[in-house]
Amino acid sequence: MRTFEYARAADVEQAIVLHARAPETAYLAGGTTLLDLMKLDVMHPPRVVDIHKLGLNQVEVADDGRVRIGAMVSNTELARHPHIVKHHPALSQALLSGASTQLRNKATTAGNVMQRVRCGYFRDGVSPCNKREPGSGCPAIDGLNRNVHAVLGGSNQCIAAHPSDMCVAMVAIGATIHVQGPKGRRDIPFADFHLLPGETPWKEHALEADEMITHITLDAPLPNSRSAYLKLRDRGSYQFALASSAVVVVLDGRTVRDVRIALGGVTTKPWRAANAEAVLRGKAVTDALIRETAAAAMAGAQSYGQNGFKLLLGQQAVSRNLTRLVA
Amino acid sequence: MDDSCHQNGGRAPTGGVQPGASQAGAGHAVSFKVNGTLQSLTVAPNAILLDVLRDQLHLTGTKKGCDHGQCGACTLHVNGVAINACLSLAVMHDGDEITTIEGLSQGGTLHPVQQAFWDHDAYQCGYCTGGQMMSAVGVLGDKRIPADDAAVREAMSGNICRCGAYRNIVAAVQDARGKMKRG
Repeated sequence: MRTFEYARAADVEQAIVLHARAPETAYLAGGTTLLDLMKLDVMHPPRVVDIHKLGLNQVEVADDGRVRIGAMVSNTELARHPHIVKHHPALSQALLSGASTQLRNKATTAGNVMQRVRCGYFRDGVSPCNKREPGSGCPAIDGLNRNVHAVLGGSNQCIAAHPSDMCVAMVAIGATIHVQGPKGRRDIPFADFHLLPGETPWKEHALEADEMITHITLDAPLPNSRSAYLKLRDRGSYQFALASSAVVVVLDGRTVRDVRIALGGVTTKPWRAANAEAVLRGKAVTDALIRETAAAAMAGAQSYGQNGFKLLLGQQAVSRNLTRLVA
Repeated sequence: MDDSCHQNGGRAPTGGVQPGASQAGAGHAVSFKVNGTLQSLTVAPNAILLDVLRDQLHLTGTKKGCDHGQCGACTLHVNGVAINACLSLAVMHDGDEITTIEGLSQGGTLHPVQQAFWDHDAYQCGYCTGGQMMSAVGVLGDKRIPADDAAVREAMSGNICRCGAYRNIVAAVQDARGKMKRG
């Protein structure tokens, strides 16, 4: 690994000052993405600001049912938090389906949001990659794209899937990302935080210079809702999703009063399928309607060759999850 | 060397900002406990915890496998929580309590997990074994993880055994669970 300047911040304000002192500085939280990519020389920040002991490690439940999660809460602690297990099972399940026990113990909530894509051309450090070397090209579009590449939300610049499970659940639940920077604090709706690759695949998120995530607040759970996360992958544990879904549903008898559907593994950002929700909302649930909903969720999906099976797998991630939830 | 930031833990004064950062490559003073013994070291900013334990402290029981958090051979405990030592900077661990495989046995008596791995022949080449046992101790200590075999396999999936001793590893973990309950 290349060397770098290291600074440990004592509080958020100091972290921002330290971060702003030089361009291309990186915030270091759990390190499970950053240090991995620094070893691979894919990321090479000249300066690192360690924020992992800033104390942003509380999960607070508000009276109105919203949950405020500190940026440094580990994936394990969030997944196992009794309130999350009870009121947001899709989020707990999503977190526990990601990575391994050791990685979840170290990885943080904010770091999960900020994790980078798993595309082999991005990670190998030498192939053309528009994310790593803007303008160099995207070999994945006509190349190896079976496992971690999207069929929704891609562009002619980049088709790498967003790898997070947690974010898929959060975009279904609804959440706000609280950030702090040199100009103060601001809130970003979760659904607006990650950016589609478009013509600028190196721009992955809505953070401005030197801003850091301090908290994420989950919306209150829909009253009388049930939720689940379903992850389809090549092996049963410790594998990124080929396709996944987070579904929240409120049933009144067999009628769907409200529903939230989000996709992972098949999309370039955590993906709320509002068009699919509209198919189902207010109607009596049937197998045929579930199939119609799943098809709507994947409407507009495009095969890039090897990943063409995800057009169907994405539908199955939705329909299987929904079928189980309404049973 | 400038380690003012993490020694005094103080905030930067406004105006002329106290640097609080090293020059690239400069050493940092760091102190942490390893298996109960306080270690005070000077480490480069890019020194990885795994390498510092092995090369500076000569604790070679923690193994380097993939070096990217994928194999689990470097699993150890920081403040009682199992992590991959290959994905942590040594300098991040000032004030922490670290337990490596060398710290598992007490007074010459094997930890129940070590004894169970021995009894169940839960290894072949042994390279992954230290990491497997550190994960097993973490899994058995976390009551939020269910006790059935499937849950153990899931919770241990971050530890790869290229010899394929998985059946015996699961048997050893479950045997240790029973013995630790009775003990």
